[in-house]
Amino acid sequence: MADLRTDLAGIRSPNPFWLASAPPTNTGYQVQRAFDAGWGGAVWKTLGSLVINTTSRYGGYNIGNQRVAGFNNIELISDRPLEVNLKEIYETKKMFPNHALVVSLMVEPKREAWHEIVKRVEAVGVDGLELNFGCPHGMAERGMGSASGQVPALVEAQTSWVKEAAQTPVIVKLTPNITDITATAVAAVQGGADAISLINTINSLMGVDLDSWNTIPQVAGKGAHGGYCGPAVKPIALSMLAECARHPQVTVPISGIGGVSTWKDAAEFLLMGATGVQVCTAAMHHGFRIVEDMIDGLSNYLDEKGLTSVDELIGKSVSKYTNWGDLDLNYRIVARINTETCINCNKCHIACEDTSHQCIERHMDVEGKPYLKVREDDCVGCNLCSIVCPVDGVISMVEVPPEAQPMTWNERVKALSAVGSGN
Amino acid sequence: MDDRLRHNFAEVYPGFTSTQAMDESNRCLFCYDAPCITACPTGINIPSFIKKIATGNLKGSAKVIMDANPVGASCARVCPTVQLCEGACVLNDASEPIAIGMLQRFATDAAIKSGERLFAPGPSNGLKVAVVGSGPAGLSAARELARFGYSVTIYEAKDKPGGLDTYGIVSFRLPQEISLWEAEQVSRMGVEIRTGVRVGVDVQPEQLLEKYNAVVLAVGMGQVPNLGIEGENLEGVYDAIDLIESVKTDAFTGDMDGARVVVIGAGNTAIDAATCSVRLGAGNVKIAYRRTRSEMTAYDFEYSFAKEDGVEFRWLTAPKRIIGDESGKVTHLECVRMELSEAGKDGRPVPVPIEGSEFLMEVDAVIKAIGQTRLLGLIEAFSLDHYKGVVTVDPRTYRTSHPKVYAAGDVIFGHGQGEAMVVSAAQQGKLTAHEIHRQLNRQTAETA
Ligand SMILES: Cc1cc2nc3c(=O)[nH]c(=O)nc-3n(C[C@H](O)[C@H](O)[C@H](O)COP(=O)(O)OP(=O)(O)OC[C@H]3O[C@@H](n4cnc5c(N)ncnc54)[C@H](O)[C@@H]3O)c2cc1C
Ligand SMILES: Cc1cc2nc3c(=O)[nH]c(=O)nc-3n(C[C@H](O)[C@H](O)[C@H](O)COP(=O)(O)O)c2cc1C
Ligand code: SF4
Repeated sequence: MADLRTDLAGIRSPNPFWLASAPPTNTGYQVQRAFDAGWGGAVWKTLGSLVINTTSRYGGYNIGNQRVAGFNNIELISDRPLEVNLKEIYETKKMFPNHALVVSLMVEPKREAWHEIVKRVEAVGVDGLELNFGCPHGMAERGMGSASGQVPALVEAQTSWVKEAAQTPVIVKLTPNITDITATAVAAVQGGADAISLINTINSLMGVDLDSWNTIPQVAGKGAHGGYCGPAVKPIALSMLAECARHPQVTVPISGIGGVSTWKDAAEFLLMGATGVQVCTAAMHHGFRIVEDMIDGLSNYLDEKGLTSVDELIGKSVSKYTNWGDLDLNYRIVARINTETCINCNKCHIACEDTSHQCIERHMDVEGKPYLKVREDDCVGCNLCSIVCPVDGVISMVEVPPEAQPMTWNERVKALSAVGSGN
Repeated sequence: MDDRLRHNFAEVYPGFTSTQAMDESNRCLFCYDAPCITACPTGINIPSFIKKIATGNLKGSAKVIMDANPVGASCARVCPTVQLCEGACVLNDASEPIAIGMLQRFATDAAIKSGERLFAPGPSNGLKVAVVGSGPAGLSAARELARFGYSVTIYEAKDKPGGLDTYGIVSFRLPQEISLWEAEQVSRMGVEIRTGVRVGVDVQPEQLLEKYNAVVLAVGMGQVPNLGIEGENLEGVYDAIDLIESVKTDAFTGDMDGARVVVIGAGNTAIDAATCSVRLGAGNVKIAYRRTRSEMTAYDFEYSFAKEDGVEFRWLTAPKRIIGDESGKVTHLECVRMELSEAGKDGRPVPVPIEGSEFLMEVDAVIKAIGQTRLLGLIEAFSLDHYKGVVTVDPRTYRTSHPKVYAAGDVIFGHGQGEAMVVSAAQQGKLTAHEIHRQLNRQTAETA
């Protein structure tokens, strides 16, 4: 069995699966249950200024039969007294000395405020701190959370204040509610962050109730924007992770967050440069027990790939993520349909016919049985047909010999300008 | 058997395609403290193995199944799931229950295909256990004991391991390679399976008791008993279990082509014998049973399976005499009609013959399928307490009247004790192993 232990900027964990700072890590009771279930680490629900939470708080996005494809909340940070949290953190760390226990913090953007909370929290014995610059609602209206997380200068300043006082590693948690996440990632590094984590939740309004015309969720007939997370945000999180992972000035390890629900998601985050992952929605949907298959599945996957530790997986796909201008324009793939296994639902045909390049033809064989065939000369290799096909493996995208040498857009522009200037 | 017939004996239901398995596994609600787990006699963590199919962790999925049930691949095919796990699925009340058996088969088929060994033996503890019989109960006990570090030897009378899973359940429901894979998983953990050794004949009980720290008796039951009527020795009269075995081992030499067949009995065995005859090319197959459908012990799915195969049922019909021609071949079966009187001692209504209602059926073959006899000789050779051939055990510990001998599976089934099912035999084998471990551990602790 492969070695699943991870080390994020000196914070050691028996496996790469942590619970994100959120309701699952609200109390000692919960975090202890989570560690018992197998979670390698937990980031305690954010501590900081006094808040009052509303009821109701959450909304779920169901697509067809898929419950909780997305999830949103208008919850704030911990609403329990700081002393109670600190006492439970102390007890939990005592009971689980080998698990990673990180505490999330959020206070007003004032140096003294940060110094004070850092000292109080570190005094009870924690493995690290996470600065919540991400919460998109409520706290932001008071100048905290994503309000400071969207301004690189504020991120840098606050990180450096924390670093003045902190003894343990400092993780800066970034908000995705920004055009270019690498701007704040670099600011965090410049402020002295030991690691970054991303993403926090994305601005969202879950829905409108068609009977009452209220927002979903609603509080006494009114609603406000919330934070979106769960499986649906995974691709967004993954691209933000990739941008940070390949950025030359982001020199610190990254904790990946956003839509991780299975060991497969986690493996993708690791490949794209995360040193570990944090999970919230999947645990809220199914309970702590899901970590068992995350560990088992990842471990089996590593064995299958002949790898002896997760470290060997981390970052292996980062170099494959690049700019559009560096993609080979002469690379060619076409769709091929396996008529043996095809069930003739014609979904690929109509998708291509109406919305792509009109190259999946419907035919009849000698026995009068219908079959589908791709006119490969006209196929642009867009993948659409293989995406809409309901049966795995029926449509494969196969490489065909290119008609010319590899050439990227950037190379083309360069070549053309060389020809132009030569004239 | 020619190729056309052989084709008839291929597995009836094809397994799930990956798309089916994905669709179905994603439909599972992943209930917490799920009722299906409790309904499974071996307590497989069903939501967990299904979730693992959905995440593409097929190896992990198969391990969850086989961990709780060492014959989980066979069970995927022969368990009466409607009565067990699927019957308990919460979706019965909302839509359709999850096809747990089919998903279990999908995951275990993948493990069979990969050929990997799923479990490792524990570090040796120096203790030795003999297991007599390699059916579901014996294999299951041996697998668990090997995991605890015991040196285990299985004694098996037949040429191949697996018990009725290998020889007794028709191949179109359970092909031999499935139960042989389960046995191979056990032998790859260091368990020695000595086939072709009949305890009581080739090895004596005393020798086992002397050589081993404990003995597990998992010998199942015997042949089909005699009907006790005239003509049982005629050519064309079969013992259902023998018949199925000869077909499953490709040793059947008879000719059923176009034959008129009557099967006597209405349990698992009768159904398997009847559907087996259909596949051997019989022209007409009837099941004659002295009670009615409601008293029949075969499961509903077996009943409908037989009906689909074109098997006819003759209720309240008991055999009286088998008639043959001068060459000794069966030609007729004389039957008598029955009626049910009020319930007898076992709570089931007693069938009584209607006087003068005798009638003749023209037949080419008669198959006896009225249950199985008890292996009295062996049980007495071990000097075990028993009631009419059903070995007496402490229901909690599976210990027999001999302190070193434990018993599990069909050998303890009967007279209100348990059910003759593969899955319950497996569970009893498992629990027996756990109990032996508890006992022997305690003993070694005391001596030390
Ligand atoms: C035709 C038929 C169909 C069935 N269908 C189903 C079904 O669909 N679903 C279901 O759940 N159950 C079914 N059953 C019941 C099921 O097969 C049994 O309950 C189960 O196999 C019992 O397991 P066991 O290990 O106790 O015994 P067995 O499977 O009978 O194994 C006992 C083993 O001990 C060996 N043995 C016996 N004596 C000796 C000796 N002296 N020395 C060494 N070895 C010995 C035998 O050769 C055999 O291999 C069916 C049974 C039959 C006959
Ligand atoms: C109800 C709820 C409350 C949350 N509260 C916090 C919080 O207090 N601090 C924080 O840093 N993130 C908070 N988050 C964000 C999560 O930690 C995480 O970044 C986000 O949910 C994305 O991960 P997921 O897709 O696995 O849920 C919260 C999320 C939810 C759903
Ligand atoms: S989950 Fe249900 S019961 Fe629990 S706090 Fe929320 S609304 Fe209340």
